[in-house]
Amino acid sequence: MTLMALIALPLLAAPLVWWLGRDNPGRAGVLALIAVLADLALALTLFTAGGDAEPWLQRWQVDWIPRFGIQILLAVDGLGLLMVLLTLGLGAAAILASLSEIRERPGFYYFHMLLAIAGTLGVFLALDLFLFFFFWELMLVPMYFLISVWGHEDRDRAAIKFFIFTQASGLVMLLAILGLVWAHHADSGELTFSYFALLEAGLDPQFAFWLMLGFFLAFTVKLPMVPLHTWLPDAHTQAPTGGSVLLAGVLLKTGGYGLLRFVVPIFPEASAAFAPVALWLGAAGVLYGAVLAFGQEDVKRLVAYSSVSHMGFVLMGVFALNIQAWQGTVLQMLAHGLTTGALFVIAGLIQHHFHTRDMKRLGGLWHRLPRLGVMAMFFAVASLGMPGLANFVGEFLILVGSFRADAVVTAVAALGLIGAAVYSLILIQRVFQGPETETTASGISLDRRERFLLGALAVPVVVLGLVPQPVMDLAAPALAVLESLMPSGVLP
Amino acid sequence: MELLLWLIPLLPLAGFLVLAVAGARLPKAGVAVVGAGSVGLAALTAALLAALFYNAGSDPVIARLGPWFRAGDLSADFTLYLDQLAVIMTLVITGVGFLIHAFSTEFMADEADYRRYFAYLNLFVAAMLMLVLADNLVLLFLGWEGVGLCSYLLIGYWHRDPANGYAARKAFVVTRIGDVALLLGLFLLFVELGEFSIQPLLAGAPLYFESGAARMELIAFLILGGAVGKSAQLPLQVWLPDAMAGPSPVSALIHAATMVTAGVYLIARLHPLFELAPVAQMMVALVGLATLLVAAWAALSQRDIKRILAYSTISQIGYMFLALGVGAWGAAIFHLVTHAFFKALLFLGAGRVIEHMHHEHDIFRMGGLRRVMPFTFGVFLAGAASLAAVPWLTAGFYSKDQILLAAAGAPELGTLLFAGGVIGALMTAFYSFRLVFTVFFGEPVTQEREHAGWRIQAPLALLGVLSIAGGLIPLPLEQVFPDHHASHALGLVLLAAGVALAGIALAWWTHGRRRPTGETANWPLWRRGLDRWQASGLGFDAVYGVLVETPFNTTARALRGEIVDRAVALVIAVNQGLNALTARLQNGRIRHYALGVVLGVLALLIPVVWL
Repeated sequence: MTLMALIALPLLAAPLVWWLGRDNPGRAGVLALIAVLADLALALTLFTAGGDAEPWLQRWQVDWIPRFGIQILLAVDGLGLLMVLLTLGLGAAAILASLSEIRERPGFYYFHMLLAIAGTLGVFLALDLFLFFFFWELMLVPMYFLISVWGHEDRDRAAIKFFIFTQASGLVMLLAILGLVWAHHADSGELTFSYFALLEAGLDPQFAFWLMLGFFLAFTVKLPMVPLHTWLPDAHTQAPTGGSVLLAGVLLKTGGYGLLRFVVPIFPEASAAFAPVALWLGAAGVLYGAVLAFGQEDVKRLVAYSSVSHMGFVLMGVFALNIQAWQGTVLQMLAHGLTTGALFVIAGLIQHHFHTRDMKRLGGLWHRLPRLGVMAMFFAVASLGMPGLANFVGEFLILVGSFRADAVVTAVAALGLIGAAVYSLILIQRVFQGPETETTASGISLDRRERFLLGALAVPVVVLGLVPQPVMDLAAPALAVLESLMPSGVLP
Repeated sequence: MELLLWLIPLLPLAGFLVLAVAGARLPKAGVAVVGAGSVGLAALTAALLAALFYNAGSDPVIARLGPWFRAGDLSADFTLYLDQLAVIMTLVITGVGFLIHAFSTEFMADEADYRRYFAYLNLFVAAMLMLVLADNLVLLFLGWEGVGLCSYLLIGYWHRDPANGYAARKAFVVTRIGDVALLLGLFLLFVELGEFSIQPLLAGAPLYFESGAARMELIAFLILGGAVGKSAQLPLQVWLPDAMAGPSPVSALIHAATMVTAGVYLIARLHPLFELAPVAQMMVALVGLATLLVAAWAALSQRDIKRILAYSTISQIGYMFLALGVGAWGAAIFHLVTHAFFKALLFLGAGRVIEHMHHEHDIFRMGGLRRVMPFTFGVFLAGAASLAAVPWLTAGFYSKDQILLAAAGAPELGTLLFAGGVIGALMTAFYSFRLVFTVFFGEPVTQEREHAGWRIQAPLALLGVLSIAGGLIPLPLEQVFPDHHASHALGLVLLAAGVALAGIALAWWTHGRRRPTGETANWPLWRRGLDRWQASGLGFDAVYGVLVETPFNTTARALRGEIVDRAVALVIAVNQGLNALTARLQNGRIRHYALGVVLGVLALLIPVVWL
């Protein structure tokens, strides 16, 4: 029941916030924040959940459309719980970051934000594939509106591009889901969309490979994987700060989550067969993202391309198909959500205060805003993989794992670490160091809320960097199941 | 003892945290007390621990704090390991580090951002201590990356000037190239031996690998890649000459106590792996030899006082690599220690000179400073003598002598390695005293006399004493390193002593007795060209610029428009084109519609009639 409530709370709060906060930005934001924090508290109670069959912590199901075997089937394991906590934590951060920025139609803005959060939670909790698809779409529509209504100068094009990519990939996924259900029906005579039943589906290997590719495409558009990533820089750059935080921090993770939850366990053999290609695609993403990030002039675009690079590691981690890489993948997703989310907050603050994201016009911010400089340095350094901070543990484990799978592709991808140093430090240089420019000469200072927000994002980055074990232990049972599903001979 | 061991890196770390979090409320004196005090306490703790350690028979101490992360058969824990090698490294880092901190409290007193400076400095020392005390390679890598970060932060400390920022990024990125090699080496070690803990690895490797096994050689080469990055050896030495963009005490820290010695330590720590990889080990010696010659050659033409010292560091670390390469592990550490003393002293002294000359770096615009800066001259002379290895008097002579004799005794290429080392020694003595004679002798360019408080004088005096007498400190390493039998031929010792003196005499001939102005305009063309080539550090920067930097920048710029996106744009354009085309058909003219109908009917009928 908690699981249903977890999704229902933001879903029901959304119209309420819209109505009560229709012309009061402060009230709308605070109400939305309260809703998300209450939801977060609710999610924390899952730690005490009595449990279901290992690895599931809790499961809840009722029939929805029994004729087609469609249920409302929600379940959470350690992996799902971590994603839920990330969603709600970053959801709160996204709302905090929006408070001073969103002045127009605030109620409507937070309505969409809560809907997007509810949809994402649904994605992480739904284990009926039809329901999963429903939430998948629910998550994208409000995101489209967030970009197209409250976005920056080129928002229309970015929003349409975002919509086309995600709808096309959603269609592919729907076909794959239907194909899977049909194949399972043909095999067992049972019509069902339940994940647990479909895990057992006896599939023709050839057909399974094509189905796997369908899911793979849908999830890697979201991840994003090069060359399906081009929606991302536009969407991230044009979205309002809160939207960017939500997009980078949470929505991208649905891709990585989907690969771990559906692609690998339902199609273990097909995944193993496809793994060499996926590893190279991941490595290509790591390098391509890093080079492109370096070439940008726009602060937000730079951070957006760094996401492409980081998510390349996630793709590699999933398809290295061993426990170290999977643990690394989970950590990398959390770490990326926190650090990139924070970098988007910082980019948003810069845009808000100086009315530009163009690095040619920025510079020397450190002298005016030493605290913002320190925070930017912190998150940039975390993002380039400094040991002791969260991203390192993720990247290290992914690389160890993928090295076991394929040393050559890992060596190539590891060059991305050099690229990360190059683009992260050039960002610091061009925005925060050097002499002040005309644009940045005016004095401003961070208010308490902004300092709190960045500090609150920094703490888990340190904690995950130094004490990642509790999080890894939480994810371990779910990953152990993946390990047990792999065909023998794949795991090194 | 376990607790004391953890205190050593945690004290400077605590200093950093206090300065970073609460430092804004502290007055400058408070910052100085926290900054220098934390490292001072760490030095005292290290001294106490060393006493306990030697008393207990030099048995290794292992201090576990807890797990860091574990996944499957992989585990990386917060565990420290202290043995004879780590004791020496710890004493050098905290001891010399503390002297540099103490010097800085006065030297940097006018700096507005005093707190940030000391916070970075403390973090630097903490990271280096973590590196040398780490029990496993992942924790070592934490320290390894930590020193890289701190060097970046401190080289770019005056970040208003973009040139300093460039130097800082260059240091970080170039060393990171080495770091990636190291990381891959660690992965390969782990995949082969299933372990990141150093001692089990060292014990297990000889059982698992045959000497000269291809994988073992590859591992050793990758580790060497990491070491040449951090220790500024060929071909990754290019970051160090620019690293002097930071404050002078930072250079002292980077060149003496932290950072550049990391690579030497790494190879010494993992020496059993190199013993199993003879090709890689020979490569260590050759890299060392090439580096010491190239850097010494480049140092001959430098005009910037700190650049001379920077090239001398690269060159001296080259000697240490040479020693490592011929298996004289102890000699490498011995030279590391004496070098830490005299190089810290020389950089701090150079900082004094530069400050006295109102931020003039060019040695040819200085002169006669021994009259107005007698104290600085005295200690600088001690440091330069040690660097030049003035025979029998200085610490530097004893350590360099050991390396040269070990090179002579190498089973392969011994003559070449020895001869190269001797030529390097000649150049070292020459450029050291070219600097001394040019800066401190001749007509004084200023009458302003130096003044310095005890916080500047005491560290310099102490380092001066250590530069001379530091060779007498015993460095017990017999439990870590195997015995090494070096040549002890008196003739070779005399030869090494002779070239040092000859180098100094030569420097007196060209730069002491005569006073060149540094003017090159009337030199013949070939000499000017040679000078410029030398001064540029043999043009490595230019080559890398053409081979790496420019292609990378060009690629990044070319890709900015996103080739992939063109395909997407094409789809959109085709759609829009089709849309426009079909929209034009709907133009409201009946005649066109009628034509369309007729054509359509014909198109349908023709195939039917035909068939």
